[in-house]
Amino acid sequence: MAGASSASGMSAALTLIGKRFASSLLTLLLVSLTIFVIAQLLPGDAAQEALGQSATAEQVAALRHEMGLDRPAHIRYASWLTGMVSGDPGQSMVANMPVAEVIAERLPNSLLLAALSALVAVPVALAIGIGSAMNRGGRIDRALNIVTLSMVAVPEFLVATVAVLIFSVKLRWLPSIALVADDMTWGEYLRGVAMPILTLSIIVIAQMARMTRAAVIDQMDRPYVEMAVLKGVAPVRIVMRHIMPNAIAPIVNAMALSLSYLLGGAVIVETIFNYPGLASLMVNAVTSRDMPLLQACAMIFCAAYLILMLIADVTAILANPRLRAQ
Amino acid sequence: MIASAFQRAKALPLSGKVGLALVIFWLAVALFGPMFAPYPVGAFVAYDVFDGQSAKHWLGSDYLGRDVLSRLLSGARYTVGLAAAAALLASSTGTALALTAAVGGTKVDEPLSRFMDMLISIPSKIFSLVLVAAFGSSLGLLLLIAAFTYVPGNYRIARALAVNLAQMDYVQVARARGEGRFHIAIAEILPNMIHPLLADFGLRFVFIVLLLSGLSFLGLGVQPPDADLGSLVRENISGLGEGALAILAPAVAIATLTVGVNLLIDAIGFSGKGKGR
Repeated sequence: MAGASSASGMSAALTLIGKRFASSLLTLLLVSLTIFVIAQLLPGDAAQEALGQSATAEQVAALRHEMGLDRPAHIRYASWLTGMVSGDPGQSMVANMPVAEVIAERLPNSLLLAALSALVAVPVALAIGIGSAMNRGGRIDRALNIVTLSMVAVPEFLVATVAVLIFSVKLRWLPSIALVADDMTWGEYLRGVAMPILTLSIIVIAQMARMTRAAVIDQMDRPYVEMAVLKGVAPVRIVMRHIMPNAIAPIVNAMALSLSYLLGGAVIVETIFNYPGLASLMVNAVTSRDMPLLQACAMIFCAAYLILMLIADVTAILANPRLRAQ
Repeated sequence: MIASAFQRAKALPLSGKVGLALVIFWLAVALFGPMFAPYPVGAFVAYDVFDGQSAKHWLGSDYLGRDVLSRLLSGARYTVGLAAAAALLASSTGTALALTAAVGGTKVDEPLSRFMDMLISIPSKIFSLVLVAAFGSSLGLLLLIAAFTYVPGNYRIARALAVNLAQMDYVQVARARGEGRFHIAIAEILPNMIHPLLADFGLRFVFIVLLLSGLSFLGLGVQPPDADLGSLVRENISGLGEGALAILAPAVAIATLTVGVNLLIDAIGFSGKGKGR
């Protein structure tokens, strides 16, 4: 009986997750349409831009035909989209090489930076979040609340600037520019990216700690915790044995949501430290108005964001027995 | 009115009082600051670049030997003014659409909400970068871009509030009385969601200050000769190695402004949930 109901519960959860996945894909499709439409609104087009002011109308028309820009918009969208999916999002106008190659060079750097920042941020945020939840209303909790509340509102470049002042200018421990080369050892690499990681982590930790605290406190207000308190269980044991198993899913949810802050933060942090990642590539694409490159970068960021949101929702579905039973 | 506002301010916790003081301070600077600027904004007045603090230049000089205090006072006006206007535009547009959805029935609500859900799935900084690349970054366009980026977040919160209120008995009574949809939205629903909306306005303001100064810092926001606080940080970045006041002062100015608003909202206690930066 119990086995049967949990099996049907599981399949219901799978259906729900399948639906959620499909809706993410649909959203990504609509996002691609939005980005394409905005990019089309640019006055003048790639052919004009490539040939400059002095080109004759015939030259522009010829290049436009060669680049396929004289086709109707929906056909251009379809060919761009199939190109994106099959790994060929077109030709970068500035670098004069395939967008896929330019991105392939930068993407691993960004993923590594994000992974290392998450590796630093998650344990610290967990400690701060759980610690201040256990101390709810106390001095430490209130102090941490003010600190994290303030850090959430501090611009990334102030964090980066202060970090450079302390660690590069005053203490001279770390380089102020992230130099990354292929022949670097891991130690050299870590020293090179320590500052970007530090800055990104600080930005994410504040948000993540606040959400973790909220998730733990939400559990603390449940009757089963009151029961455990009344029967005299020690506070640490209550948190570790009673609250944590129930709070894991909301916490993973909070982690996924706050990791999306990495995406926006990376735009500033990669630029300020000159880190050769995807975000600084995107900023360059905006400056040089390299639309094919920009569109591809924007799609990757949107996809990453949607994946994080999907993870957050799926953990919420798996954690909620009522949702599973539906 | 003024007395009751004063009473409320006195009842705030210390963090809220600090926040309120910072907000009032920066509003005053944005309104009246440039009048007290000791030097013209673009004038080269110091002999040395990246001078430290002195009696003649309270915040030192910048990379071209201009007075940092004068430039900061003018930059604050751009930052506060642009962000306040954009936040106001974003909030009023989002709320107007949310009210339309709440009283317009499923046919209006469904497509509008799906569209907003789609826009909200584009990270705000990425979205604004695409918009800047497509349209450019004059002051007016920056205002529109920032507002457009934060409409969906406001819409989501305002719609949740409005849909809840639309189910309340007093709204049903008004409907039975034969009041029109416009009257119900403006006279019945809107007044009862104004407090959480004000808190949300504050949050949008913080997000937009961070977004615009971030864009300016990247060189994609406010363009010279205009300069907001983010541009001031950018143009003095070469002074970072010397720990120049010219780079720290504007960065700290932005932080005190946004932290102040955040502390005030937190102390008042209408926590809106929305899309972050």
